[in-house]
Amino acid sequence: MMAVDHLPVLQVVGPLIAAPICSLLRARNLAWFFTLLVSIGAFLCSIYLLNTVLETGPISYAIGGWAAPLGIEYRVDASNGFVLLIISGISSVVLPFAKRSFELEVPENQHSLLYTAYILCLTGLLGITATADAFNVFVFLEVSSLSTYVLVAAGAKQDRRALTAAYNYLILGTIGATFFVIGVGLLYMATGTLNMADLAARVGPIGGSRTLDVGFAFIVIGLALKLALFPLHNWLPNAYTYAPSAVTAFLAATATKAAVYLLLRFCFTIFGSGSGFLAPMVGLVCMPLALAGMFAGSLAAIYQYNLKRMLAYSSVAQIGYMVLGISFLSITGLMATTLHLFNHALMKGALFMALGCVFFRVRSVNINDLSGIARQMPWTMAAFVISGLSLIGVPLTVGFISKWYLISAALEQEAWVLIALILASSLLAVIYIWRVIEVAYLKDPIPGRTVTEAPLSMLLPTWALVIANIYFGVDASLTTRVARMAAEGLVGMAQ
Amino acid sequence: MLELFLDKYNYWIVVVLMMIGLYIVIARGNLVKKIVGLNVFQTSVFMFYISLGKAEGGTAPILTGKPELFSNPLPHVLILTAIVVGIATTALGLALVVRIRESYDTIEEDELEGMDNAVVTTERARLGTGDAA
Repeated sequence: MMAVDHLPVLQVVGPLIAAPICSLLRARNLAWFFTLLVSIGAFLCSIYLLNTVLETGPISYAIGGWAAPLGIEYRVDASNGFVLLIISGISSVVLPFAKRSFELEVPENQHSLLYTAYILCLTGLLGITATADAFNVFVFLEVSSLSTYVLVAAGAKQDRRALTAAYNYLILGTIGATFFVIGVGLLYMATGTLNMADLAARVGPIGGSRTLDVGFAFIVIGLALKLALFPLHNWLPNAYTYAPSAVTAFLAATATKAAVYLLLRFCFTIFGSGSGFLAPMVGLVCMPLALAGMFAGSLAAIYQYNLKRMLAYSSVAQIGYMVLGISFLSITGLMATTLHLFNHALMKGALFMALGCVFFRVRSVNINDLSGIARQMPWTMAAFVISGLSLIGVPLTVGFISKWYLISAALEQEAWVLIALILASSLLAVIYIWRVIEVAYLKDPIPGRTVTEAPLSMLLPTWALVIANIYFGVDASLTTRVARMAAEGLVGMAQ
Repeated sequence: MLELFLDKYNYWIVVVLMMIGLYIVIARGNLVKKIVGLNVFQTSVFMFYISLGKAEGGTAPILTGKPELFSNPLPHVLILTAIVVGIATTALGLALVVRIRESYDTIEEDELEGMDNAVVTTERARLGTGDAA
């Protein structure tokens, strides 16, 4: 076997080994540079893997040479190849930004350990996505979650509420992961296997089994906690608000995405052919909650004075769109979800990084402190406005592509009410983005305050995501091709 | 009714422990007690996995030829991993409680919320956004 054949596992094992090494690097610049190298390495891996998947089909890798279903299999297809690309790509863009941001927001002696937690979080997220073993998912879920709690708590220098936010996230995250592992146990009880393809093959013939249905319900609820589906989103606003800016940008763009991917995997690959429990579960539970989340998140966002918290509530609404796409149970709906995974990572990444730039200069992200800031930080605020337009779903941005496919999926099923609700909730996004534009552009700068544009090392990564927002909004052929393949793969494996 | 309980008594213990654990997490205001509740909750899952792998009268399938009846070792191995995860979670949770105690001087949830809400109220007052919900 050539080294290239080992890439599916190297992508996860590489960062895993790198993490303890990073904790030994006491010089903070060295630790940062090392983390950046690891992240870029993972990014190149994922580009290569996705490219191979697009050309030759899914890649299967048996760890230690033990073939599935006995051994642990890593399997990369279009859907998780795409998510791997999102996670490692966003991580590589956020890291150059993170350096200056951490220098301001986190005590100096914590830096190398903070980067270690960052690498571990990356490892966990990549592992969740790459593995085809249900219990392996739980282990990586906990690797990423535990490091996330540490990353959130690192915001304590700026605001001590980061500690309580991290604690609450730990309690709820652990309950979510435990629910997930109960579900996996019930699945194992009914089928005697943990390999996803094997599970899918055995779930179908069993048909309607109470054990399987309960297991599925436990898994969906556990994942709903992890992906912050309304009303299980309570941990998210505080965690995103008080974490360091770079951590928020990274988490908002990646962590919930990995959980949404898992939901897709379990709903379609494993239970798609199952007991007929999928349709009522998704139709009667997920869809109403998704719709409620779209409105509750957006409405709550309008009333926030802290802009990081505003964007956090907006994330709850955006998760609603993703779950709504799943609940259509159609190829177009799945495409909408997959596209929105990617697109939302681009827009929220850019928005949180723009706020990070603002915080770096102004030391506050409260709306009144941003009066007239666009005159002093024109590039930062332009980035905020463009990615804000993308969040609303204006044409020529990625947000439009997501909404387009979501509405197409609703049109296919002639669900006129849903179309109206999607459009109405987009209008709510107009309100909370406009509030910021109004204060930043139309009000006079606060007298006596001299702030300048954010440093280039923070501005360039932000703009890289903004340009990606526009590029993939104008030419969506690549992303839609991958999303179609991913959707067909998810449904196809179930048949 | 009694048979339903006696035949599956292991699962009943799991369910009862799970509910006790979850109840402590929700109902107790003390952060350390919450972590203890979380531990009880997780332990119930360990017991669930271990009991589902057990075959009555079965032996352990290790180097003893080919036993007719043996317990499934896989769930037991899985739960070793989950126990390690549980310990890591507890350690991190308690570490956070120590940090919270250092900065807030309390570990009672109501008092913490009260202090955080007071900060929000003063921030709002300073910003003049009293209408914000």
